Amino acid sequence: MAEKTPALEEAVRQEEALIRRIRDGERDLFYELIRPFERRVYAAAFAILRNQADAEDVAQEAALKAFKNIGQFRAESRFSTWLIQITVNEARMWRRKGHAHLMEPIAIREDEEGNYTPRDFADWREIPSEALERSEIRQKLAQALGSLGEIYREVFVLRDMQQLSTEETARALGISTASVKTRLLRARLMLRDLLSPGLGGGWSSRLSFEKGTKPW
Amino acid sequence: MVVNCEQVWREISNYLDDDVSPDWRMAIEQHVAGCKECAAVLQGTRNVVQLYGDERMLEVPLGFSRRLQRRLEDNMNTRRNFMGWLVATAAAVIVFGSFEVARSSSSQHVLRSEHAKAGSGVPPEMLVLVSTDSKLFHVSGCPFIHDKAHVRTVVAREAEQEGYTPCARCLKKYLSQSQPDERVTEEKVSRS
Repeated sequence: MAEKTPALEEAVRQEEALIRRIRDGERDLFYELIRPFERRVYAAAFAILRNQADAEDVAQEAALKAFKNIGQFRAESRFSTWLIQITVNEARMWRRKGHAHLMEPIAIREDEEGNYTPRDFADWREIPSEALERSEIRQKLAQALGSLGEIYREVFVLRDMQQLSTEETARALGISTASVKTRLLRARLMLRDLLSPGLGGGWSSRLSFEKGTKPW
Repeated sequence: MVVNCEQVWREISNYLDDDVSPDWRMAIEQHVAGCKECAAVLQGTRNVVQLYGDERMLEVPLGFSRRLQRRLEDNMNTRRNFMGWLVATAAAVIVFGSFEVARSSSSQHVLRSEHAKAGSGVPPEMLVLVSTDSKLFHVSGCPFIHDKAHVRTVVAREAEQEGYTPCARCLKKYLSQSQPDERVTEEKVSRS
């Protein structure tokens, strides 16, 4: 799954060259290094904190920390993975440091070992990605994600939104690859249950592309 | 190999990630071909992965990049110009220190107008930092100062008169014990 394409190899080479120059004193280049990942840093912080202002503060803190510790970065992992790992740690620390409003109600931490049974079997047609042009659809998706328990949200964001591998996600969160897989399965199924009534019918019946496609 | 619905659900995620053996792949596909429910679950889960995997789902607040870049730049500049910063701070301390001596020797501080009333629990003569870009004032060294290049040092009373409010992070301890009404009453009593 993690085979390297020539384009990816080239990107890694450029990244390494950039990191070398920053370490050699061209510190101004640091922003260039993290710019491609800044949205991911924010998304990772937001996945844990679910609050825009806190996520932005943590994203900035994480970027600064990465800058200060760039000398400790080891090329065995991708820079982006290392950066996300720092962000996850910063976000968790941030919440522990007395930002009590960010605590999750304990009830949300469901039993992750039990099997998850889908609740909704309505047919959900393929949704064209143009649906994402509509901010209310993006908002519905964000709301559904926000309603998941943290342990599922974190894994889902890193795996399916940030496209980290199972191993990278496990390392960033400090959990086993088996846990990553179990939680990801649950997160995906729960999101499908949350969204299919709306996206399969309710909201999307108002979409122009859906008009006339219903057999009834 | 024949699998039932529950087995399909358990493997659906691995199936989508291409992380199942060829036997399992075939068994799942065979099952889904004849089971409407599992076909719906599979298609819906695939939609979920596809929709959330879209770049457009990674939205950041307006101005995020600019603020991040500036924060990094400020940090780099602060380090580089550490000596300059040290000199400036020392000068500020001396200037405000002498103000302080003059003030304390003349008279006890009296609020000039109703608007000058300290709204927070922050000691009015405390030295704080304000920046042009923000509505908050901070203590020196607070990591949440947004525009470090344009900070001024003033006393808390002046900052509040200018419409700044205390940073909830670095000035937290004052805010939690803030009881403005009681304090005003005390002042009145002691003055009379």
